[in-house]
Amino acid sequence: MTASNNGTPKQVEVAVRCDGLTKTFGTGNAAVKALRGVDLEVRNGELLMLVGPSGCGKTTLISVIAGVLRRDGGDCTVFAQDYNRMSEDETTSFRGVNIGFVFQAFNLIPSLTTAENVATPLIINGMKPTAAVSQASKILVEVGFDDRMVRSFPQDLSGGQQQRVAIARSLVHQPRLIVCDEPTSALDGETGHKVMELMRRLGRAENRALVVVTHDSRIFEFADRIAEMEDGRITQVVDSPSKLKAMSNQVV
Amino acid sequence: MGFIALKMLLGDRAKYIGIVIGLTFASLLITQQSAIFAGIMTRTFSFLSDVGLPDIWVVDPQVKYIDDIRPMQDTMVLRVRGVEGVQWAVPLYKGSLAARRTDGTYQSCTIIGLDDETLMGGPPSMVTGNLWNLRKSGGVIVDADGAAGKLAHILPGGKRVPLQVGDEMELNDNWSVVVGICRVTQTFQTNPVIYTTYSSATSFAPSQRLLLSFVTVKAKPGQDLHALCQRIERATAMRAYTRDEFKMVTFLYYLKYTGMPINFLTAVALGFLVGVAISGQTFYNFTLDNLRYFGTLKAMGAKNGMLLRMILLQALVVGGVGYGLGVGAASAWGMLIGARTQLAFRLPWQLLVVSAMAVLVICLSSAALSIRKVMKLEPAVVFRS
Repeated sequence: MTASNNGTPKQVEVAVRCDGLTKTFGTGNAAVKALRGVDLEVRNGELLMLVGPSGCGKTTLISVIAGVLRRDGGDCTVFAQDYNRMSEDETTSFRGVNIGFVFQAFNLIPSLTTAENVATPLIINGMKPTAAVSQASKILVEVGFDDRMVRSFPQDLSGGQQQRVAIARSLVHQPRLIVCDEPTSALDGETGHKVMELMRRLGRAENRALVVVTHDSRIFEFADRIAEMEDGRITQVVDSPSKLKAMSNQVV
Repeated sequence: MGFIALKMLLGDRAKYIGIVIGLTFASLLITQQSAIFAGIMTRTFSFLSDVGLPDIWVVDPQVKYIDDIRPMQDTMVLRVRGVEGVQWAVPLYKGSLAARRTDGTYQSCTIIGLDDETLMGGPPSMVTGNLWNLRKSGGVIVDADGAAGKLAHILPGGKRVPLQVGDEMELNDNWSVVVGICRVTQTFQTNPVIYTTYSSATSFAPSQRLLLSFVTVKAKPGQDLHALCQRIERATAMRAYTRDEFKMVTFLYYLKYTGMPINFLTAVALGFLVGVAISGQTFYNFTLDNLRYFGTLKAMGAKNGMLLRMILLQALVVGGVGYGLGVGAASAWGMLIGARTQLAFRLPWQLLVVSAMAVLVICLSSAALSIRKVMKLEPAVVFRS
C-alpha cells in the first residue's frame, strides 16, 4: 500500500494502470468475456477517451477502474491502490473520496434540489447537509447556475443543465479521478460541446485524471489521448490531433 | 444520509401516501378491534369493579363466572361471618327479572339486591336521588342508560321520556317506585341495572328455595386474602375468590367459551395482513423505483450500512406516521361513537404498545425485502442505461 498516514493516497504520476485485465460475465456456455487482457495507463491531469463499438467492453473497463466491479484477472491499480486487496467497505470508502462519476442518464435524484444533488457526495463523506448544500451551491455557480436554478429540481432542467449538475456533483468532493459514461449521448451537438468544454476546464484542474467513455466523435477533440477498444481489448491508443481526426472519421 | 432518505421518501408523494394509508388502515383496524375486544372483556367483570369495597366473594362451587348465578342458603352469610379474619360479610342478590314498560311491553333487567342494613355494593355514583332512599317501600334505583333507553316511557308518537325519580314501575308484577338514578359501568348483557334492597329483590324474584347469590366479605386489616379464602372454603364448602381472582375467572370463562377471541383475532390478523400487503408491497415498489439512485449512492461511496439506515429510517417514518394516524382515528372513533352508543371500547396503554409493535413488525418486514434488494445491488448497475 502506498497510502499516507492519513489514508490519502500519495501523489503518483500514473492515476490508473491496468495490465492484462480480464473480466468474464456468466459461466459455462453462457460466459461472456467482456475484457480479454486490457493494458492501459491513465495519467494524472489527462482526459482519456475510451471509444469503440457497442459491447466492446468500454463500460466494463470503467466499472473496474471506478471500483464498482471486481476484475477476474490481471492487475489494476488506481492511485497505486488495488481494489482486489481491499474489503468491500474499503473500496466503497475509496470511491467516495477519490472518484467522481458522470452518468449517461445523469442519475440525479428527482426529489432533491439541484444543490442537494450536488451535495450528495459530501453528505456521504460525512459533511452536515447544510454545509454540504452551501458548498455545492458554490460549485454550481462555477458551472453557470444562478440562485433560482440552484433551488430547482432536476425535472425542471434541460438535459444540458442536468449534465452540468452531474458534472458539479462529480467534482464537489474534489476527487482525483472522474469516470464519465457517455456524458454527451443524451445531448444535442452544441450542448454536448459546452458540457465537454466545462468538463475539460474544471475536470482537469488540480491534476485530475478523466476517463470518458463515448461514441460521440464530435467530442474527440477534447481528448488528450483516445484509446480504441474492440472485443475486450485496447487495439490502439493515439495522442496526436491528426490521428484523432483520422479516428473520428472511422469510429462511430 | 437521513436527510437524503427523507427527501427521497417524501418526494414520491403517491407512494408515500399509499404506504401511510396502508399502515394507517392496519393500525386503525388492529387498535380498534383490540380496543373493542378489551372493552367487551372488561364489561364481563364490570359488576365486580363497581362493587369495589369487598375483598372476597363467596359463591357456590359450581359458579364459573360472575353472571353464572347458583343460589346458596341465606344462612351462608352467618357461617362466613364466623370465619376468623372476616371483618364483615353481607349478602348480595343478583338476578334477572322483567320490568313492565308504560306501553305494556316487558324489558328484561338485571336486579341487584343490597344488604338491607348496610346497602353495601351500591352503584358507584348517583345521578339523582340518594342510596338510602332504597329503604323506602318498593324503592329502586335505575341506571341512567337504562332509564333513558330501554326503560324510558314511550309516548304516543314514539317519543321517549326517561324514567325519573318518583316514577312507578312494575317488576315481576310487583309495584316499585324509582328513588334514584345512578351510573354503572356497562355490563356484558347491556340490560338495564336496577338496585334495591336484598329483601325487596328477593320478594320481586320468582319464588325459589335458595336466593342468596353472593356473600361479599371484607377482611380484617393485615389479613392474607388467599389464606382467608382457604379458611372460608374449609368452613363453608363454598368457593371463595379475591376480587381479582373472580375477575380473572370470569375473563377466562368468556375467553374460553364464547369464541370472541378468535373473531377479534381474525379481524386483527386481517388488519395486519392488509398492512403487510399494501404497505409492504408499496414500500418495496418505492425501493425498486429508487434502486437506480441507491446504486448511484453506492457508487459514490455510500456503504451498505448507510443504505440500511436510510431504508430503516424511511420505514420507521412511514410507520410512525401511519401508526399515529391509525391510533388517532381509532381513538376518535371510539370517543365519538362511544359517546352516542353503548359501544364497548377500551384503549389502555398496553394496547397502544401492542398496536405499535404490530405496525413495527409490518414496517420491518416491508423494509427487510427492500434492504435485501439494496444490499445485493451491484454499484455497477449505475452504468447500465
